[in-house]
Amino acid sequence: MKWRVLGIALVLAAVLLFPRVAGTYPVKLLQEILIWGIFAMSLDLLMGYAGMVSFGHSAFFGVGGYVAALALTHWGANAASGLLVPAVAAALAALVIGYFSIRVSGVYFIMLTLAFSQMFYAVTFQVAWLGAEDGIVGVPRPRLPGVDLNRTGVFHVYVAAFALATSLVLWRIVRSPFGHVLRGIHDNEARMQAVGYAVNRYKLLAFVIAGTLAGVAGALYTQFVGSITPEAFLWRTSGEALLMVIIGGTGTLLGGLLGAGAFILLQSLVSSYTERWMLLLGLTFILFVLFAPGGIVGAIRGRIGLRA
Amino acid sequence: MTALLELDGLTRYFGALGALNGVSLHLAPRERRAIIGPNGAGKTTLFNVITGHLAPSHGRVLFDGRDITGLPPHRVAQHGIARSFQRTNLFPRLTVLENLRLAAAADGRGSYSLFGSVARLTAPLARAREVAEAVGLAERLGDEVGRLSYGEQRQLEVGVALATRPQLLLLDEPTAGMSPEETQRMTRLLAAVPREVTILIIEHDMDVVFSLADRISVLHYGEVLVDGTPDAVRTDPRVYEVYLGGRDDA
Repeated sequence: MKWRVLGIALVLAAVLLFPRVAGTYPVKLLQEILIWGIFAMSLDLLMGYAGMVSFGHSAFFGVGGYVAALALTHWGANAASGLLVPAVAAALAALVIGYFSIRVSGVYFIMLTLAFSQMFYAVTFQVAWLGAEDGIVGVPRPRLPGVDLNRTGVFHVYVAAFALATSLVLWRIVRSPFGHVLRGIHDNEARMQAVGYAVNRYKLLAFVIAGTLAGVAGALYTQFVGSITPEAFLWRTSGEALLMVIIGGTGTLLGGLLGAGAFILLQSLVSSYTERWMLLLGLTFILFVLFAPGGIVGAIRGRIGLRA
Repeated sequence: MTALLELDGLTRYFGALGALNGVSLHLAPRERRAIIGPNGAGKTTLFNVITGHLAPSHGRVLFDGRDITGLPPHRVAQHGIARSFQRTNLFPRLTVLENLRLAAAADGRGSYSLFGSVARLTAPLARAREVAEAVGLAERLGDEVGRLSYGEQRQLEVGVALATRPQLLLLDEPTAGMSPEETQRMTRLLAAVPREVTILIIEHDMDVVFSLADRISVLHYGEVLVDGTPDAVRTDPRVYEVYLGGRDDA
């Protein structure tokens, strides 16, 4: 436990001090990793703990991103526009999509969530006041009292704080009584029902929590890039998050962050040499599934003899 | 005395086949009733209809005077009816303690707590330990289900049902597939269940039935053929014909 706390403190310090030692590009890369890490961790709550494999998690990333873009552009560049409103919007979207999707499971759940997210894509791609295929550009970052988020170092701390907060919140949730109910549902949903759990309510709540956090990730992404496009809703966004979770280690939370790191580093390193970086990514994914099904976290745990 | 469980003309068709053809049954509080009958008599279907896993085509299920016909399984469980399954139906990747604790926490109190601590939700934990003791698994609390023997898994199967503090316990062949020693242990364990828990048990092992049951109902082709004390059932010629007489070893 002591070593774990020390390890976390060291990683945290390294992340926070990174802008002092590294150039602009690596710092931006790390910020991107942290934002995608939040997104992937939120998906892991569904996949790894509740056993609900969603292929439409991009819906909430996109809603958070778009609502942040609209609110920051039209309602004023403040914290409510940048985070609160997008998070609430993503939660509402998750409530509606979840209400219909959790009624089915397995491949039908995958298909239904995918269909919902693609509907958002189709709409944003067409609607003129959402910028259609160009999306919304020139989005300002929120202005906070005494804090200038336009400075890379400051924005870095801001993003890191959200990544840390998300990790802590999810870490608490999966160990709470509610988190244990999710594990029970993952293991044997029918028996959970037979002993008296209103299973659908728990699943819906998990779906809304995951959707809300995905919305926060989307809102941060809009602020990071300064724009948002319909691509955010595309199935590829969901698929990349799925890959990150699987590469990092399903049902580990931390795996979401590590998977995001591995994915984005691989993408940026390899894509500077060849356009076929997806090929290498595919290969990496296959190797992981075959030889390290527990992902990065599983492999590390196996090596140091720790168990989940 | 009013019935704890009252089944009123329960009928269930699968297509044209009537799996249950108007089953009526009264179960008094504290009673221990066995349901016997040849394979395909509709015993498990009857359980499925009582617990909401299947809707009846006709008829009503009254529990403690309330109509619970057609309620979903979790609502039926919340009314105080628990059930063990014929095929072991546990949480395979969780420990014995967690299997029992989840069942004990199924009343929902505290289970929506997002940031609470499982260790501080003490009532279900205490109940889980108590039940583990009662079903003979107190030494195996930390083991995952996969590491238990078949007999121990069957004991846990009953334990999970018992952990919900039911008023009525439905047991679907608790000794299915067990060795004679395992069956004896299960019989002792069931006999030790507190009398406040009313029991309805489906069982093929006649020794278990006669040692446990106050009354026996014989189900045949989805109908109650005979309903009476063990002695009355034992000597009833109709039972002998359809059930006991039909068995090669009887």
